[in-house]
This record gives sequence, C-alpha cells and structure tokens, in this order.
Amino acid sequence: MSEFSVSALDGLSVGGSVTIREMGRQGMVSLRADLSAAAKAVARVTGAEMPAQRKISAGKECAVAWMSPDEVLILCAADQAGKIAFDLSEALTGQHHLALDISDARAMFSVTGEAGAIRDVLAKITPADIGALGLGEMRRTRLQQVAGAIWFEAGDEARVICFRSVARYVFDLLAMSAREGGTVGYHG
Amino acid sequence: MLTFRCPYCGIDACETELAPGGEAHLKRFGPGSADADFEAYLFLRHNAKGVHFERWRHAMGCGKWFLAARCTATLEVFGTYPAQTPEPPQDIVAAIRAKRPDWSLS
Repeated sequence: MSEFSVSALDGLSVGGSVTIREMGRQGMVSLRADLSAAAKAVARVTGAEMPAQRKISAGKECAVAWMSPDEVLILCAADQAGKIAFDLSEALTGQHHLALDISDARAMFSVTGEAGAIRDVLAKITPADIGALGLGEMRRTRLQQVAGAIWFEAGDEARVICFRSVARYVFDLLAMSAREGGTVGYHG
Repeated sequence: MLTFRCPYCGIDACETELAPGGEAHLKRFGPGSADADFEAYLFLRHNAKGVHFERWRHAMGCGKWFLAARCTATLEVFGTYPAQTPEPPQDIVAAIRAKRPDWSLS
C-alpha cells in the first residue's frame, strides 16, 4: 500500500546544461521469481513480454525492466502498483516468488536536453559506459556513493532511479553535474 | 582499474561497482574438524603473486556473487564464472595456461 501522498522531492526541478526533474509519485513493483516460469503471469498482468537480459519491454501502461537473473521491476502509474503486485501474487500462486509494491521506497528523475549533454552529465557521476547504453536498456550502477539505475526513455530523455532515502543526494549530484560551466562535450 | 564481466548480467563492471569477497574455492571445515584444518579454513590463504581465484559480488548491480580468475601482479583478468562452480572450469584454466604456460592448478 502506498502511504505517502507526495514523492521524495515533490517534483523539484533544476536547469543547467540539461534539465533535471524529480518525477513525482511513480509506481514500481518488484518481482523476484524464476523469470522463465513467471513469464506467463507477467504477460497476463502487465501485457509485456518477459524482457531479455538488461532490457526493458513495454506493456499496457507500464514497462517491465530486467534487474537481475531472478528480478524484474515493473514501472507503472502510482495508483496501479498495489493492484499489479496483488494480481502478480494471485497469478503466481503455488510458485516461489515475491511481488511487492516498492513505490514508496524509490525516487525517479528525468534528465532531458540534448542527447550528448545528457550522456555527459550522467557519465560524470557513474563508472558505467554511458556512451554504449542504448535505448530500452536498463543499466544498474553506482551514482557516486549510492546505487541507482539509468535508462534512456528517448534520445533526449534519460531516467534515473534511486532509493527514496538518497533522493536529495542524487538530485544534487545530477544538478551539480549539469551546472553551467561544467560542460564536457565528450559525447558530442 | 579492474574490470570484470559479470557472468549474470553481462555488464563490464568497474571494480568500484563490485564488493570483494576474498579467495574462492575454499573448502569449509566446520564443527568436529581438526583444529589445524579449521585454522587453515579460517585464516590461511594463498596470497599468491600471480594467478588468483577470487569471489566478487556485483553489489551496485544485479547483486549476484561470481568468481573471477585474475593475476594479482598485472591485474590481468583471465575470466569470470558463476559462483555455483566448485572448481575452476576448463575454459578458464585453458585461458590462464595460454597466458601463463608455467602455471598449474594446485
């Protein structure tokens, strides 16, 4: 059940070489299970195919992202997360699994601007090879001191997720990385 | 900088995305074992200069443990493989032999 009525930073946004915005309340459901055995249930509840390694597949008003060999993350509307978690548990009855609404444990940011500038801003705060990160690929990595994940929603928009408890830290990191005067120009 | 390819998610992970877990392929000596065996299991490590088998965890990623073979002197990585492997697999051993002809699995 979602307990918070506001997200971590309540839609805070800041400009710079790119624009960073905390995206407000975002539904997220974590599913841990034998992914091949859970594919049918996931398709029935979300309408999405089970994503291949590190990929994100689109479903009915939601997306399913591969997080580890036994974990997927379902991104959906905030008010749908509880229902999706419940429906998954129902569909997987008798199978060893965990489906949980973790919306309140996370924060999500959008980074929008020129394609190259976005990659520069992200590359400054993570050891991941941002130049090689394609559309629809989920990259779990380190954002300076904390764990996070990055993917490209479109050529001119990246999304970043992290734990709610470090939302301010990640926002400040992104804001600092995007500050005017700190452009790198590496990714063109 | 060390870069290992995680065998679970296929990412080339930088050392800073990983958590080290010490030497791999230790045989556990638990309750009822001889004191010398228990001491060796707890404390005595190869500490090799050269080829070394290690445990690593993809802590800032998929969270899985995996094993790696690398050279402690040159930081050259020979290969990585899943943690559920009791001894170094053939292809890893072959990769090490190709680079270090005088090395033998002890």
